[in-house]
Amino acid sequence: MRRSHAPIFWLLFGAGGMLAALLGIALVFVTGVAVPLGWLLPGDALAYPRMLAFAQNGIGKLLLFAVISLFAWHAAHRLLCTLHDFGIHKGLAAKSLFYGAALLLTLVVGWNLLALGF
Amino acid sequence: MSAKRPYVRPMQGWWKRDPYFISYMWRETTALAVALYAVVLAVGVVRLAQGEAAWNGWLAALKSPLSVLLHLVLLAAMVVHAKSWFEIMPKTMPAMQMGGKRVEASTITRAGWAATAVATLLVLGLAWGW
Amino acid sequence: MSEATTSRTITIEVLRYRPEQDTEPLWQSYQVPFTDDMSVLQGVQYIKDELDGTLSFRWSCRMAICGSCGMMINGRPKLSCKTFLRDLMPGPVRVEALAHLPIERDLVVSVDPFVEKLRSVKPYIIPKEPRKLEEGEYLQTPAQRDAYEQFSSCINCMLCYAACPQFGLDPEFLGPGVLALLHRYNADSRDGGQAERAPILGAAEGVWSCTAVAYCSEVCPKGVDPANAVNQNKVNSAKHYFLGWLTAKGG
Repeated sequence: MRRSHAPIFWLLFGAGGMLAALLGIALVFVTGVAVPLGWLLPGDALAYPRMLAFAQNGIGKLLLFAVISLFAWHAAHRLLCTLHDFGIHKGLAAKSLFYGAALLLTLVVGWNLLALGF
Repeated sequence: MSAKRPYVRPMQGWWKRDPYFISYMWRETTALAVALYAVVLAVGVVRLAQGEAAWNGWLAALKSPLSVLLHLVLLAAMVVHAKSWFEIMPKTMPAMQMGGKRVEASTITRAGWAATAVATLLVLGLAWGW
Repeated sequence: MSEATTSRTITIEVLRYRPEQDTEPLWQSYQVPFTDDMSVLQGVQYIKDELDGTLSFRWSCRMAICGSCGMMINGRPKLSCKTFLRDLMPGPVRVEALAHLPIERDLVVSVDPFVEKLRSVKPYIIPKEPRKLEEGEYLQTPAQRDAYEQFSSCINCMLCYAACPQFGLDPEFLGPGVLALLHRYNADSRDGGQAERAPILGAAEGVWSCTAVAYCSEVCPKGVDPANAVNQNKVNSAKHYFLGWLTAKGG
């Protein structure tokens, strides 16, 4: 039996899933519902100066990178598994597409976060 | 001794055969919501890097009714994700003992929700007055 | 007139398959008189004894310990000796061979692959070091026993295989029962065979075929919780995988 390389992707899946379970509800609520509708939070909660400062902060950068990247890796792995559940083989093409997309998102976000400076 | 012609039943539509499987499939499809939200945030980061005007454009897009509706769906999906995640979490852990008794799976699940509650307060606090 | 002698009838529909005469399985319906204490197994035995002697099925202990009588009852994997006709009223009761396994005949499925997989995981204590008789028996604390005891309850009934869609999709998957038994030995303090069993755990057909559907644990008649055995070994297997990188002796 050949050793599987699944552990790499499973750990990324697990980390992303844990972050999504802990933070997903709050984040979607804040960014997608509360602030746009002006509920509960001050109107300038996501204003440019605040968000810029957050993204330029070392910890803020790390948080943004971790959340977006790990969400992407979690989703890529799970969606691949779901394809398999629907009877579509997890071939090299499918894996390249899904993990490739997660990698692309990771690189784009990483690049832009670095470009924002400190 | 071995069978003449064993019959292998097809797996097509297996997930429709039992409510348990249907719940499992709903759980798995929450990954679509996680993916979509990651893309939304990623676009946000790109817009932030492009400057104030671009960022305000992204904020304005989030205000559209379509976006709010989408995020309500994403919110529901995140709840389903968290619920199913914390229900499965005990399965990934070996049996633990505390005070001479086995730690129940439900205890671990509740601990997960408690952590989410704390994290939610932190996020709200951060958004409110950081 | 006592309750037990009041006879009611229920329809039992059985998926028949006789390879010498059938190209595919087909449903056959039987009217079975039953009393409140009768199990589905007894219903199927009635069919064979009184209505249709050609019906084939496995059974032995009639008390949920031998693991022989597993079948799909109204779409769920169950031990037929432990499922009662009175609970399935008004019927009809649909009885089929365990899902995801090839049908040899009627309710009899192929178990050879399961047995081979079980053999392959070395389901016995591999001592950490040779032990002389004079050293006496191994001693275990209650906590050490608790670490593996529930996994030792497996009766090889294969209900978990009928429940597991990943096994259905990939018959090469070792499956919940075999992996639970593998874990039973890995988790036993008397055992030192973890390294020997690690490659099997870490293969695609090992724990990595599992997507934590966890239906296996729902249907297990003995409370083995195979989902727990498999999924805690994902963590172990991942540790082993990365340690393999560090020590450059993996794979």
